[in-house]
Amino acid sequence: MKATVLVRPKAGILDPQGEAVQSGLGHLGFVVRKAHVGRLVELELDTTDREQARAAVAKMCDQLIANPLIESYEITLEGDA
Amino acid sequence: MSDGPRPKIAVVTFPGSNDDRDMCWALGSLGAEAVPVWHADEELPAVGAVVLPGGFSYGDYLRCGAIARFAPIMKAVAAFAADGGPVLGTCNGFQILCEAGLLPGILRPNSSLRFICRDTTIRVEQIDTPFTSRCKPGYLLRIPIKHGEGAWFADPELLAEVEANGQVVLRYTDNPNGAVADVAGVCNAARNVMGLMPHPEHAVDPLLGSGDGALILASLVEAATARLGVPA
Repeated sequence: MKATVLVRPKAGILDPQGEAVQSGLGHLGFVVRKAHVGRLVELELDTTDREQARAAVAKMCDQLIANPLIESYEITLEGDA
Repeated sequence: MSDGPRPKIAVVTFPGSNDDRDMCWALGSLGAEAVPVWHADEELPAVGAVVLPGGFSYGDYLRCGAIARFAPIMKAVAAFAADGGPVLGTCNGFQILCEAGLLPGILRPNSSLRFICRDTTIRVEQIDTPFTSRCKPGYLLRIPIKHGEGAWFADPELLAEVEANGQVVLRYTDNPNGAVADVAGVCNAARNVMGLMPHPEHAVDPLLGSGDGALILASLVEAATARLGVPA
C-alpha cells in the first residue's frame, strides 16, 4: 500500500523558506499573501491493513520523518477519499 | 602545558564531518590526546569526554543531524552521556545531539536563509558545566560561526523549562541567525551534555583571530582529566 506524508512547518513558527518563496513570487508579479514550504514523503508499505498502515506511518513520523517541535504532518493512504 | 599524561577525548567522524581534524588539533594543543572515532564503531575507547564535531553528516538529509543519530557509535555516546560523561557537540554536532534527544530543542534554518560565516560574540551565562568551568559569568567570547541552519528553537513551554533550569549556557550578544532567546549554546538538565553553534576549535589561537574558544575546550579537557582520574 502506498502512503503519502505531508510535512508542514507548524502554524505560528517562523518559516523563512515560505517567506523567501512569497517574496520571489512577488518579484515575478504574483500577489501571494502567504507561502509555506513543507516536504512530501512517499512510502510503499507491505501491509494491506489500513489501520495498521496508518498507525505505523504515524510512528514513523513521530520518530523520524517529522520533528514534532516544529513540524506537523498529515498522512494519506492510497484510496483515502 | 604540563608534560603529564594527556586525558583522552574521543572525536567522532561521521560521513560528512569536516571539523573533526581541527577539533583534534585544538584539543591536542590544549593538552589532551584526541582519539579519532569512526561513526560505524560500536564502542568508545576509554576516554574522559566525547566531542561531536561540525560538518554536514549524511549530507544533512531530511533535517540536519536527523540521520547521524542512527550511527552505530551514537548508542555508545548516549550511554556515555547517561553515565555522566561530558559530551560536547559543535555546529553539526549540536544538531545531532538535538535530533538524538540528548539536548532540548532543534536547529532551524537561519532567519536570513543565508549561510553565515563570521565572528560572533557570545556571553557565558552558566559556569557550572564541564564546558565553561574556566569562564566567569558574563565573559564575552569571540568565536566564529559558519552555518546555514543554526537558529535554535524551542516552543514557549520548553523554553521556559530550559530557562528555569539554567540550561542556556551561551547567548549571542548580537543574534546572527534568529535563535530563540539568543541561544548559542544549551546543555541538558544533568549539565554534562552541551551543544553550541559557534566553533571553539577555530578560535584557540590569537593568531587566527581569537583564542577565546580555548576557554571552552580547556574546560572540557579539565573535565576529561577529572573523569579519568589522571593527575593534573
